[in-house]
Amino acid sequence: MILLSAKGLKLAFGGVKAADGIDLDVRNGEFLAIIGPNGAGKTTFINMVTGYLTPQAGEIHYDGQPLVGLAPRRLVRLGIARSFQLPQLFLEHTVAENVALAIAAREGLWSPIRPLMRSAWRAEADDILAQFDLSDIAERRADTLNEGARKLTDIAMAVALKPRLILMDEPTSGVAASEKISIVETLVRVLRTAGVTAVFVEHDMDVVSRFADRVAVWSQGKIAALGPPGAVLTDPNVLRDVIGIETEAGHAAA
Amino acid sequence: MSRYADLVLTLLAAAFVLALSWAVPWLRFVMTIAIAKGLAVLGILLLLRAGQVSFGHALYLSLAAYVVAFMAARIPEVLLLLPLAAVVAASIGLLVGLFVSRYRAIFFGMLNLALSMVFYSMLDKFYEVTRGGDGIRVPVTSFAGVVLSPDQQSWALLILALVLAVGFGAFVRLYLLSPMGSALSALKTREARLEFMGIPARRILLSAYVLSAFMAGCGGALIALSTRHVTPALAYWTASGELVFIAILGGAGSVFGPFLGALAYELTRTYAAALVADAWQMILGTVLLVVILFAPGGLWGIGRALVVRGRQA
Ligand SMILES: Nc1ncnc2c1ncn2[C@@H]1O[C@H](COP(=O)(O)OP(=O)(O)O)[C@@H](O)[C@H]1O
Ligand SMILES: [Mg+2]
Repeated sequence: MILLSAKGLKLAFGGVKAADGIDLDVRNGEFLAIIGPNGAGKTTFINMVTGYLTPQAGEIHYDGQPLVGLAPRRLVRLGIARSFQLPQLFLEHTVAENVALAIAAREGLWSPIRPLMRSAWRAEADDILAQFDLSDIAERRADTLNEGARKLTDIAMAVALKPRLILMDEPTSGVAASEKISIVETLVRVLRTAGVTAVFVEHDMDVVSRFADRVAVWSQGKIAALGPPGAVLTDPNVLRDVIGIETEAGHAAA
Repeated sequence: MSRYADLVLTLLAAAFVLALSWAVPWLRFVMTIAIAKGLAVLGILLLLRAGQVSFGHALYLSLAAYVVAFMAARIPEVLLLLPLAAVVAASIGLLVGLFVSRYRAIFFGMLNLALSMVFYSMLDKFYEVTRGGDGIRVPVTSFAGVVLSPDQQSWALLILALVLAVGFGAFVRLYLLSPMGSALSALKTREARLEFMGIPARRILLSAYVLSAFMAGCGGALIALSTRHVTPALAYWTASGELVFIAILGGAGSVFGPFLGALAYELTRTYAAALVADAWQMILGTVLLVVILFAPGGLWGIGRALVVRGRQA
């Protein structure tokens, strides 16, 4: 079953074609990695799917329903959540409060007198933080965290919305190399258990080949290749253009 | 601070206000006005949590005061006039809020200022209706159906002001800890993220705005009932500035701040005006400067720091 379907998405900023005819079907339950050089339009794609940017042409369908034109807030209600390349946290709140606010957003925001940190939400926030191994910093203010912790908190907030589809923009950038694999393992376990479909932008090919079901290669606003990591990551053109490795076969092809 | 400590402090503060009003009768009026302004400042505090400063909240205070002045002849009962005036202020707050909640920072502040000045000039210019700068006298009103002596009435209004202060103080304290209050301060640091969590930022701000107009309305009604005379000066931009000044003086860190600030402000003004009439504005300016530079937590923050240091010593 196709959960998300993009057809002919186009969006240019001035002369820069950030999306130049994107066609992509995301299958229900899969982990789809997006790779490609900086400026290829990966973030722009996520921005279009989450309602932050409106494509100049093309359509997006989610669960059979057209998405283009809906505000981010509406898309969250439909089950689409995202995390950010640069973490977007509520800086004056603690880590636990950041996550609890996401839970409240899902379950009942409009109560002026019941506390945000009421027991049920507090417990759920603690639970999510434990899954991300963030329990130790639950009471720290978000503006005191290091890059890796901010990144994880940012993702935890998206997960707390209990989405069906999550889009993560470079979830492991800023995370220390030594922790990368274990963090992604955790993340994948959490998302798989909840049956969440994931689209994530990733630069680490090791992470991609281990955890992605399919890989989409972005290049100048287009999808240059799409398929299982085993096939895509050995494609000489991809190796040369995206990863910057010259191979014998690559030379021959060029 | 714990709920218990807040409760004890509230009772002590109320007892202090009542004792002072009993010992120095003419301060009863000063303190009623101070608490009334404190209610409006509590609304300023809410908006400050969202990072927004309204330089026009005297609009709601004066609007409610004029509602009392206009309606007192027809409904000469405090316990009906006050809610009526507050509801009118909140309704106009909703209308204005739908518009101003689209704007942030300087635009938010200036739009509020502009709208309050429009109201001011209406009060000033439509002499037939509002009697312009002369203002309107508020006729005698009953309290809970009883016509009280002026002395009794001033006690009744002071106690009503205290009850409202405690009630709204407790409510705002809960509000700030609720998801709505939490989203309010989230709006200050990362408004865009709220939308990506399904939280309508504008409506969060609008809710706080309407609440702030409602509280300012209660304050304005109390002022009209206590002074028994309303003039356009209530709506003038300096009156709005005064509310922001009190918010900063008292400190935005706690619901006690606005009332502490308002009491300190009114008492200082009363005595300073008597002792050094010409220097009053200068004193104000200096105090504001000192608070901003050295005690951004305001009087409340200073008091807290002293208590904490006392405990450690
Ligand atoms: N809001 C914007 N305004 C102007 N240009 C933009 C905007 N967003 C992206 N771009 C441009 O579009 C191109 C693709 O950007 P982006 O999607 O962020 O790439 P990636 O995430 O793959 O690094 C870049 O050239 C970038 O400068
Ligand atoms: Mg990017």
